[in-house]
Amino acid sequence: MYKYDHFDQSIVDARVAEFRDQVNRRIAGEITEDQFKPLRLMNGLYLQLHAYMLRVAIPYGTLDSRQMRMLAHIARKYDRDYGHFTTRQNIQYNWIKLEECADLLEELATVEMHAIQTSGNCIRNISSDQYAGAAADEVADPRPWAELLRQWSTFHPEFSYLPRKFKIAVIASPEDRAAMRLHDIGLELVRQNGELGARVFVGGGMGRTPMIAPEINPFVKADDLLSYIEACLRVYNRYGRRDNIYKARIKILVHEIGADEYRRQVAEEFAHVKTLGIDPPLAELERISAFFAPPAFDAADVEPDRSDPDFAVWLDQNVKPHKQAGYAIVNISLKPIGGIPGDASSAQIDVMADLAEQYGFDELRVTHAQNIVLPHVAKRDLHAVWQALREAQLADANLDLISDIIACPGLDYCSLANARSIPVAQKIATRFADMDRQRDLGELKLKISGCINACGHHHAGHIGILGVDRKGVENYQLTFGGSGAEDVSIGKIIGPGFDEDGVVDAVEKATEVYKTLREGDERFIDTYRRVGLEPFKEAIYG
Amino acid sequence: MVEFRYRTDEVTEQPSVTLDAFLDQSNATAVRLEPDDDARALIPFLDRLTLIEVAFPKYRDGRGYSSARILREAGYTGELRAQGDVLVDQIAFMRRCGFDSFAPEASLNPEAVARALSTYDQFYQKVADAAVPVWKLRHG
Repeated sequence: MYKYDHFDQSIVDARVAEFRDQVNRRIAGEITEDQFKPLRLMNGLYLQLHAYMLRVAIPYGTLDSRQMRMLAHIARKYDRDYGHFTTRQNIQYNWIKLEECADLLEELATVEMHAIQTSGNCIRNISSDQYAGAAADEVADPRPWAELLRQWSTFHPEFSYLPRKFKIAVIASPEDRAAMRLHDIGLELVRQNGELGARVFVGGGMGRTPMIAPEINPFVKADDLLSYIEACLRVYNRYGRRDNIYKARIKILVHEIGADEYRRQVAEEFAHVKTLGIDPPLAELERISAFFAPPAFDAADVEPDRSDPDFAVWLDQNVKPHKQAGYAIVNISLKPIGGIPGDASSAQIDVMADLAEQYGFDELRVTHAQNIVLPHVAKRDLHAVWQALREAQLADANLDLISDIIACPGLDYCSLANARSIPVAQKIATRFADMDRQRDLGELKLKISGCINACGHHHAGHIGILGVDRKGVENYQLTFGGSGAEDVSIGKIIGPGFDEDGVVDAVEKATEVYKTLREGDERFIDTYRRVGLEPFKEAIYG
Repeated sequence: MVEFRYRTDEVTEQPSVTLDAFLDQSNATAVRLEPDDDARALIPFLDRLTLIEVAFPKYRDGRGYSSARILREAGYTGELRAQGDVLVDQIAFMRRCGFDSFAPEASLNPEAVARALSTYDQFYQKVADAAVPVWKLRHG
């Protein structure tokens, strides 16, 4: 894992001091809420329906047990004893007091964490593959590249007042576990003649106009990366639309001028930017990469004893193959039946930290599906890990099943929402509580957003649910056929919306149609893609 | 009105003209760029300009940051002024992008500006100011 040197630490410490000064000026009444708003928004502090919400960055979703314990401590001391892991691999606290905020950030800084650029029209937390460093199919660990980008984007003076927020994801596998092409910039590390470089996709996103990012460059060399990304951003900063907040994301620019014209403008800008000497030497990427060297794997390759059927189900569902023999990737579900997707109590966060320290080379990951990963667990330890998780109510064996729902906070918390998301997620999970039934349905990614901004990724759901406000009544639209994986696609609305119970019934009917029509080992989305919408529509509206 | 100036040369007295007016005629030595003006249009004339004023009608509109860097990257050494909705918390970023004078619409507290400019002493990026980026300090 990356460790700060005194340069990194001094920048984060300076930010804490600066923010403390800004908060003090606000509390003293020297600045108005209007003037304070842009300052707090650069630091992840939102005024929500009931209280301030603080979003803490977890760069590329990677953290160690010390950092994880700090997240638990903060939940305990400054919030109501829980935190909410987000689709951008961050954590949010929902009940923060303004006057305690600077103290909180100061504590975070002691474990090399911060809330810098977790909101505002700037470059946000860089996201990545939660299996980085553990996946058998990766060409390299994507995290050194993500860290390079984190440093470059931190307080970038030219790109702090972009037309709109800007999200970058980095992956290094053909299998996309990070919804890479639904980001403003998506990078996929690839090898060309042995050399590592990045395929660059620009202009993806969800929100009210979902788009899949087109490829803008098939191969950017490591030592050109920052110049190239800087050129991508400069073209956007200069020509992205600022007349309409809903058309201000880079996807609209790329769509309106076309990928070819955008590519041409970036190439022209890059030719200039490359002359400025802004790229760090490759030695910097090597320095960062050294922090991500594989841990000292030494466990014998033993298969766990499957005689406990609950353990066996968990193994089959939540444990994934590791590139190192003798090891496995453990997914910890934060989706208990009837729970709030992505929430974890302080005690649970501590348990996960302990397990990482004891069994997982001190590493944890947050996934965009709002779960936690222990990336390197020896197979011989899997049973002990499972038992500890079970005691903490963290052993739900539902990874990628219908109850592994992504949901935004919705109208229960969010000031932008039109409808509640959490109760819908809870009702669907409860309807499908039977594990055999869920497992029979197989991989089924269900995602719920409480408004058109699509924080719950509904466009990318095999089944997506969008909450809207229809004449003061919550109404839920269903979409089918989305995917955030390497088979990326945008879901389509299937017809008129439903009330809360109606949408749960409609989802159930859709699963019945799937069970009737599926062939071989087709997933829900495969069947839908093969047979089209009609049979589903007939069953639901018929 | 110029409230903060980080240059020692004489202040240009000549009023600035719009980019269109400048490109049409002129022997003006001061020009004003609006957010949607292309700063690169000035590149052939940088030698005879002593003041380029970049307008910030709203602080949220960050196009002027790119304009400033583009001008400095092209070798412009005259006065580069940020005018308009310029707030204390933007000044450090503006300095890094090459602005060296400020004419904020609403007057700023000099102490707060000085504090904002001295908050950070390490920077990750190489941009238009003299700061040495952290990667260069690490690797020489």
